[in-house]
Amino acid sequence: MSTDELTQATAVELVRRVRGREVSAREVTQAFLDRITAHDGAIGAYLRITPALACAQADAVDAAIARGDDPGPLAGVPVGVKDVIVTEGVETTAGSKILAGWVPPYQSTAVARLRAAGAIVLGKTNCDEFAMGSSNEHAAYRPCRNPWDLARVPGGSSGGSAAAIAAGFAALTLGTDTGGSIRQPAGFCGVVGLKPTYGRISRWGAIAFASSLDQIGPLAATVADAALALEVMAGLDPHDATSLDAPAPALGATLDLGVAGLRIGLPREYFAPEHGALDAEIAAAVRAAGDALVAAGATLVDVSLPHTRYAGPAYYVIAPAEAASNLARYDGVRFGHRAAARDLDDLYARTRAEGFGAEVKRRVMIGNHVLRAGSYDAYYRKAQQVRALIRRDFDRAFETCDAILAPIAPTAAFPIGSRATPVEMYLGDVFTLACNLAGLPGLAVPCGATAGGLPIGAQLLGRPLDEATLCRAGAVIERAQGPRRRPTLGGAA
Amino acid sequence: MRLDRDEVIAIAHLARLALTDDEVEGLRDELAAILDHVAALAEVDTTGVEPMTHAIPITLRLRDDVVAAPLSVEQALADAPATRAGGFEVPAILRGDGTS
Repeated sequence: MSTDELTQATAVELVRRVRGREVSAREVTQAFLDRITAHDGAIGAYLRITPALACAQADAVDAAIARGDDPGPLAGVPVGVKDVIVTEGVETTAGSKILAGWVPPYQSTAVARLRAAGAIVLGKTNCDEFAMGSSNEHAAYRPCRNPWDLARVPGGSSGGSAAAIAAGFAALTLGTDTGGSIRQPAGFCGVVGLKPTYGRISRWGAIAFASSLDQIGPLAATVADAALALEVMAGLDPHDATSLDAPAPALGATLDLGVAGLRIGLPREYFAPEHGALDAEIAAAVRAAGDALVAAGATLVDVSLPHTRYAGPAYYVIAPAEAASNLARYDGVRFGHRAAARDLDDLYARTRAEGFGAEVKRRVMIGNHVLRAGSYDAYYRKAQQVRALIRRDFDRAFETCDAILAPIAPTAAFPIGSRATPVEMYLGDVFTLACNLAGLPGLAVPCGATAGGLPIGAQLLGRPLDEATLCRAGAVIERAQGPRRRPTLGGAA
Repeated sequence: MRLDRDEVIAIAHLARLALTDDEVEGLRDELAAILDHVAALAEVDTTGVEPMTHAIPITLRLRDDVVAAPLSVEQALADAPATRAGGFEVPAILRGDGTS
């Protein structure tokens, strides 16, 4: 197979060919590394790649196959890992200067499970610092651009992971989704992104941003690829007290069951949002996805999620508050950057001032403010109550539907630098936040394009632990799109 | 609405952030805008609603009280900015005059 054929293959196809000895894991790995070297300069999907380690991992997979051992369900699949996810022995910075040069002494559970399944880690993908952002513009090291239009954002905070799939720089990537950070960049880059039910995938090794919201999840070119990755990574982890004692769902087995008889809810508040308009092209593309589901035997129902407009306010209290607590550990004492200082208080304050970017500082400030003794009840406790109401809205909606279909963002990928103020950026999160607050699974799947050729994605939101229904519906929408479109990179596809 | 300078400085102290004057000025507006955005929460009737802290109600699992392999001292100190005598070295906690 040529380099192009290899880097355009799905993870499922690569596994089949590697296990079937049609191509070596080494050859697959090299093809992706070559493509990254040739084209990622202009995009910035990766912060660092680890070619020697990747080739060694690939050789180990090939050796296992040669011995007749089972190389695993992801044998030979090249993976990019978002830099907020810890990789043992490989520099991990959370996209921040405060962790420059930090080499983790332990492995994240998600990466350990992928490696045990035969996947090959190519490197660490670009992201907003500490996963705080919706455009990857708060990346401290280098920008990441949308492969479809280099003047536009890839989305965030998992911008690098989404761009890497779109550009053919990995067959699978890991992202994290705290407020939409897998789904929104997946939508902006025209790829699949899956945020599991909270607790499905262990957070051990996910550098904590907001502990009650963070979830690791896969991005990939197809629903089948994302489903396979989730199957491999999901399951109880004693290291993570919030991980669910639920078996990994057998998503592959149910993927092609179709949607006959399923009820798909369209939440009216998502199609007529409070703040700003939903682009007509986005609304049309998402409704067309609904039509595809109907053509396959589903019915559409109108549902209401009345507290949708409070998801932003609730999230922008809860997430910064939890972040303020989680980021208190970056103090210059035990790891990472340390500023010159005259005493300990000075050490903390200067280290953090030098190491954190502007968005992180804003959120840490807001978080500290809303947790102060005088503010706690009015802000944090109130937000957690509103959160319960948001979850109740979904529980009620799921009495009349089996999955919810909605837009992911009000617009397609926007130009770099065009969201001038923090709140302008936050308002774009309106459709993704409620899912995280409610702890529900969400699947982003490409469903069309703007007149200018920018990808449009739809999201499917489901009952807790019901990723299977999302994948079934996602597969139907995916089939209706026809052959996969790819961005042209620097003159070569 | 802008936050007072003193308010921003007080929050920065809680956050252990050394801010420049320009940053303080900028944050007076930015934080005010964010607080405006979240102020809508007050509109919601939350009477009798229990705060939700976890997406799936679970009880905290305790692990067995069995010794597991910890990080070695070498591993723990490997990325330390400064070490001394097997520990992390930091500047004086108290200033020379006994204040902290």
